[in-house]
Amino acid sequence: MTVQDILDRHRGIEGALLPILHDVQAAFGHVSEEAIKTIASSLNLTRAEVHGVVSFYHDFKSAPEGRPVLKICRAEACQARGVDALVSELADNGRVKLETVYCLGLCSVGPAAMTGDKVHARLDTAKLQALVDSL
Amino acid sequence: MKVRISDDALALACGADDVAAAFEAAGADVERTSSWGMHWLEPLVEIDGIGYGPVAVEDVASLVSGQGASVSIGVIADHPFIARQQRLTFARAGKTRPLNLADYEATGGWAGLRQARQLGAEAVIEALIDSGLRGRGGAGFPAGIKWRTVAHAQADQKYIVCNADEGDSGTFADRMVMEGDPFQLIEGMAIAGFAVGATKGYVYIRSEYPHAIQKMQAAVRACAHIVAPFDVEIRVGAGAYVCGEETSLLNSLEGKRGEVRAKPPLPALEGLFGKPTVVNNVLTLATVPWIMAHGAQAYADYGMGRSRGTMPIQIAGNVRFGGLFETAFGITLGELVTDIGGGAASGRPVRAVQVGGPLGAYHPPSQFDTPFDYESFAEIDGLIGHGGLVVFDDSVDMAKQARFAMEFCAAESCGKCTPCRLGSTRGLETLDHIVAGDNVAQNLALVEDLCDTMKFGSLCALGGFTPYPVLSAIKHFSEDFGER
Repeated sequence: MTVQDILDRHRGIEGALLPILHDVQAAFGHVSEEAIKTIASSLNLTRAEVHGVVSFYHDFKSAPEGRPVLKICRAEACQARGVDALVSELADNGRVKLETVYCLGLCSVGPAAMTGDKVHARLDTAKLQALVDSL
Repeated sequence: MKVRISDDALALACGADDVAAAFEAAGADVERTSSWGMHWLEPLVEIDGIGYGPVAVEDVASLVSGQGASVSIGVIADHPFIARQQRLTFARAGKTRPLNLADYEATGGWAGLRQARQLGAEAVIEALIDSGLRGRGGAGFPAGIKWRTVAHAQADQKYIVCNADEGDSGTFADRMVMEGDPFQLIEGMAIAGFAVGATKGYVYIRSEYPHAIQKMQAAVRACAHIVAPFDVEIRVGAGAYVCGEETSLLNSLEGKRGEVRAKPPLPALEGLFGKPTVVNNVLTLATVPWIMAHGAQAYADYGMGRSRGTMPIQIAGNVRFGGLFETAFGITLGELVTDIGGGAASGRPVRAVQVGGPLGAYHPPSQFDTPFDYESFAEIDGLIGHGGLVVFDDSVDMAKQARFAMEFCAAESCGKCTPCRLGSTRGLETLDHIVAGDNVAQNLALVEDLCDTMKFGSLCALGGFTPYPVLSAIKHFSEDFGER
């Protein structure tokens, strides 16, 4: 899979930039300067325009993340259910990247987290630690 | 033995897949359905109409052998949490397999679309206006008026855009529709397309909802022949809260930075790619089939004042019985939090309830007699927003919550307008001074002044409504903000 393959797949659709960037991010784990250049020339945009879009959205990363990622919800409903204390108690060894997200839509069973496309709810100290250790 | 278990994201997060696998291993016939919305009971298992929950893998053996009474809740439909509701938009919740077309048709699916095609476009819009349905995304604008504006606009191409960027903490009703009853949403979009003369629809779903994205993509493929010539495409957001604002969402769909556009022009006249566009929330569109099938008056018969119909209210946060509660407008906040929600899950007294998401006000128990409708909440300097309630017990530090509102606004601001972009950061700094006990009275006055600027000077609701949680926290919980 190359950036060009991804571009070919989305040829002719309206407003193709976000779908393209999602696919590039999924395939390569980030959107590189080189990819931005290729996308820009294919869509007849400036590199600055594409870079501006990449940097606007939290989902698109400019560099690959080597570590496993745990997305943990830190929004109000999970705050009300004690997520702040939970995170502060977590023995963070830096091996896992803890990423803050604002809401996973699991607001009645928080604290909640996501690994890949898998969702986890009703986390307590032990469950969260086990989840981190499993990554 | 036939066993029904939800496969919605919340049930999965609570372990529903493992429970389903254990039932299958024990020889049971497992059917995966939508969720009833009683979240404290998930994974909820239904065997011959009787509910059991929450079920753990260890409980499966005894349930299969018929000895599962300890977690039995009796007939699910008779459970007080369900029996007290008036479910119109969520009529199928818990009862059907989300991607099964036969289930959908057998429960009245496509009746609204058929009726709309018989009535004709003009009559559909009139019916929607008569129903009193207001935009469920938070703004509460009459949906029929918006449709009429788009219908009367002249253009070679028009669009229906479904706003499924449900980013408000404490809300999950959109997710439940998409994961539990996706055909209903598509039917609503097809009716909208028919009414205004649009042949193309987009559903913009936030990337934090992978299960909803999957279900919607599968549903669109499965019913393409039914809604044709209307065509629906799923688009995925990229982690920007502000894209829930309609003009920001349109920019994002166009492949641009999700910056807010100044209005006018209204999206109804110059929306997606500059074309007339209906932008409606998931709940708004998902309610349309019911209105078409049962009539405008039947819908308008529910509710109070200018808030007609029902609202799928989401009870969340530190609450014993959290979940989805659809009811006519007019129920009081206290009934929702105390009678239905059962108070705080921690067992401690409830101290504050944030209504309407991160941009909604914090309400103390002294406001629990407020009826849940658009106007009553506006009167007490609040808003119902997308219908989410987040309950906090007495351990909450309201200065911290006010600070978080500013911090969230700073993190998610699109940067287009100054009051939001700079105001949120300055507000955060000033609240830090207040928490540190530095010139408290003076700094509180400064925050109030700043909130005034944000409220009236911001381009959209992100900067414009951040003052709601901040000012309500200061007003109702002043004791948390130090000595003046």
